[in-house]
Amino acid sequence: MTMASPILELDCVSKNFGGLKVIDNLSFSVTPGERVALIGPNGAGKTTAFNLITDFYHVDSGRILLDGRDITAVPSRKRICHGIARTFQNIRLMSHLTVLENVMIGQSAHNASALAMLQPVNLLPGNRWRKQARKALDAAGLGQYALETTGALPYGIQKRIELVRALLSEPRILLLDEPAAGLNSSETEELRQQLIEVSRRGLTLIVVEHDMHFIGAFCQRVIVLNFGCKIAECSPHEAQADPQVREAYLGSDDELGQPHAA
Amino acid sequence: MSGYLEGVFVLLAINIILAYGAFLPLAAGQLNLGVAGFVAMGAYIAAYLTNVYAWTPIPAAIAASLLTAIIALIVGFPILRTRGIYLALATFAFGQVVQATILNLNVVGGAAGYPVQTFVGPALVGTVALIVVIAVILLFHTRLGISLTAVSDDEIAADMMGLSVRWLQTTAFTLGSAIAALGGALYAHHFSFVEAQNFGILASLYIVLYVLLGGTQTVYGPILGAAVFTLLPELLRGSASWRYVIFACLIIAVMVLRPQGVVTTGLLRRLFDIRRAGAAPQGRK
Repeated sequence: MTMASPILELDCVSKNFGGLKVIDNLSFSVTPGERVALIGPNGAGKTTAFNLITDFYHVDSGRILLDGRDITAVPSRKRICHGIARTFQNIRLMSHLTVLENVMIGQSAHNASALAMLQPVNLLPGNRWRKQARKALDAAGLGQYALETTGALPYGIQKRIELVRALLSEPRILLLDEPAAGLNSSETEELRQQLIEVSRRGLTLIVVEHDMHFIGAFCQRVIVLNFGCKIAECSPHEAQADPQVREAYLGSDDELGQPHAA
Repeated sequence: MSGYLEGVFVLLAINIILAYGAFLPLAAGQLNLGVAGFVAMGAYIAAYLTNVYAWTPIPAAIAASLLTAIIALIVGFPILRTRGIYLALATFAFGQVVQATILNLNVVGGAAGYPVQTFVGPALVGTVALIVVIAVILLFHTRLGISLTAVSDDEIAADMMGLSVRWLQTTAFTLGSAIAALGGALYAHHFSFVEAQNFGILASLYIVLYVLLGGTQTVYGPILGAAVFTLLPELLRGSASWRYVIFACLIIAVMVLRPQGVVTTGLLRRLFDIRRAGAAPQGRK
């Protein structure tokens, strides 16, 4: 563990659904620029942890700190303004908007005022925000899809559009919920390259992912959850050898290196 | 223009304005079944200003529209907390309240109706309709426009992206009500008579149907919907008493064949692609 002060910190966070403890007294911290994976078997609470960090669900108890400041009371739509952006496990693009318009929605965090709302982003091709969105799409190799609607595009492409949309909010922390799920190996490699590039710019990345090869090649640290509790926090390599982690996943000592189905 | 054609033209222009009044909240995913109530407010407020204070129609219409917008904002804030069918019922109830209030307001004639002395001709009605159409189309090319569509597509993702769903829906509802009131003001001053009975649930349903038939996905749908609802009954006049039966059957047929409305994003894309493919024979990549 580095000694740098954490950018994000979960402090004894819990969440119940009815009587079910989905997240149980979870604490972890992430340092700026780190690439961390949240792993664990299905139902371990990985996506719920994301949902708590983004206030999709509100925590029942505990605190969430950003740069040491308590943001537990900050509502969901304001968290992105604080620099926390995410992608979704089940892609959530707007089906009646074009790809370009979808990624322009990502700029909303910096355009919330009534005046900013009246910018004619879709009228003049020279509009500053439109150009920025276009450039981001081109940089991600998605320029050719800019004017298509999203519904008919392949799954892998939609995932990358969601990533561009999240990046356009200029986040400091990016939460990626199963970014590699449903991608073939060459698409996964493309995604990894894209994320490495993003990481180089200083972004902090937290990834929920089942693909251990991807995690091993990308993340510096893994946090292992099981039944809402943290059971291990170590390097990806150590996680694969940890008997407790293996047991959580498999209940036996089969090999863990297999990518799991989403 | 013959008197008959002139009458149809004015009706078309007013219906297009009203359609946009219902379209704006629908574009943000909200069904306003009280839209006729806002039309009535616009009509009565503007008529009162021209009758009693001798205002000219245009300032009266603008003032009526602004005042209605303020009322819509005040009413909209609590009403828009409800969702789906409950929102439809709440707006419906609000429309009934407006109608009942006017029926009991003797200062504007109550149930006997309210004659309007100042007259507004078809040219002015047509011009205002054109301005409204252009303004709404421009609006849908702004960030607000794409944000409204984003909210109706996926409220949760829109919220997570930093959009204020509440603010956007209230804005759409308020702007729509202001436009509906403008249409009402023109209606009152062209037909020189308003009565509360004309602004009931049936009127709201008709206006909402213009939009649903035309399509809520694009900003062009309401024009087509209003045109079909205004012109088709006129074209079917030959079949006398059966025309509304035929008309209703056609509407049902359209709704079955194109539940998303006639003008959809997909349709516009296809038209656009055909045009582009025609210009460049190799077509799209």
